[in-house]
Amino acid sequence: MAAPDLHAFANPLRFQRLAVALTPWLLVLGIGFLAVGIGIGLFVAPPDYLQGEVVRILYIHVPAAWFALGGYLGMALAALAALVWKHPLAALSVRAIAPVGAMFAAICLITGSIWGRPTWGTWWVWDGRLTSMLVLFLLYLGVMALIHLHDDKAKGLKMAGLLAIVGTVNLPIIKYSVEWWNTLHQPASIRVSGSSIHPDMLTPLMLSAVGFLLLFAGLVFIRMRTLIAEQRVEVRALRRAARTG
Amino acid sequence: MATPKPKQQRLMLAGFAVVALAVAGVIAAFALQDTAAYFKAPSDLAEGPPQPGETFRLGGLVKAGSVARSGDGLTLTFVVTDMAADTPVSYRGLVPDLFREGQGVIATGSFASSGGPFVARELLAKHDEKYMPPEVARALEKQPGHPMNTSAASGRGA
Repeated sequence: MAAPDLHAFANPLRFQRLAVALTPWLLVLGIGFLAVGIGIGLFVAPPDYLQGEVVRILYIHVPAAWFALGGYLGMALAALAALVWKHPLAALSVRAIAPVGAMFAAICLITGSIWGRPTWGTWWVWDGRLTSMLVLFLLYLGVMALIHLHDDKAKGLKMAGLLAIVGTVNLPIIKYSVEWWNTLHQPASIRVSGSSIHPDMLTPLMLSAVGFLLLFAGLVFIRMRTLIAEQRVEVRALRRAARTG
Repeated sequence: MATPKPKQQRLMLAGFAVVALAVAGVIAAFALQDTAAYFKAPSDLAEGPPQPGETFRLGGLVKAGSVARSGDGLTLTFVVTDMAADTPVSYRGLVPDLFREGQGVIATGSFASSGGPFVARELLAKHDEKYMPPEVARALEKQPGHPMNTSAASGRGA
């Protein structure tokens, strides 16, 4: 009976060692890529033929959107692993990713709104793309809320995991909303067939995207370490209570 | 070998749930096809002609060479096209910066009378998915027959 228990505790420890080593690299490289990408985007890249200087918000808006979606997929896969294989790290990942992904989705929505006002002429419309992106943000909030809803932590996590898995339906809806329906938002610029973004603009976008990805991973690692430490404190407190009580 | 059983059960349940959700998502997307559209294109109007006074959003490209201002200088008229059908539009109000001939536009309003122009109350500019420096756009523009026409910003602000 002791074997699976040990296994469960050994992995988070091994992970913790890995996370401790990797986190500073992820953060430093992430901030570095972000600074170079956004720096080139703001000061070196050309303005757009149609939008002029406003286009430079692209270098934040687009990577934030990509990893808000990518992060959600990661969270849903972790939720699936937690539900099926009951791996303790998977459940921790769900809790770690949710607020980071929510922040990325919020950055995407806020920068999109700021971008929309001078180009489209409106802060917000309820078209397919904008609405489904808002739903993604709300799904993240829903997962975060469900985690803490139940007094029994395991039950709360299970419900949150189910919502995370169910919410994956929204991912293809976000992606294809601009093709399935008439929307104010333009279709995708980067496709398998190629990109309709000029190379001088694509390069800083990609550098910024690498920065966003590394920062996402770094923030998730920090959160996972925090959650592992929190769990350890709780276990210790319970043990002490049992001893004295 | 007693432990994998509930694990497999959970995996199968999760698999079923994912497949069911995917199917539900596809069905919902198809069902929403018409109602989730943010605007109607000119050729959609031929299929189901709206009543005069019925408010809806009309979207498409601003037809090249169609933008004009009326004598009082306040009313803007242009033609919205989806390459299959054209709808004439008249609008009084602030024009978004990106309003250009050859670019996308979404107008909210209604037909004042059957056969009359679409009277827009609100005008939003759509832009395409292309991003490039102005020099590149100008070079492309010089190519004969290229639809890009940035010099035709005649409809811009009053």
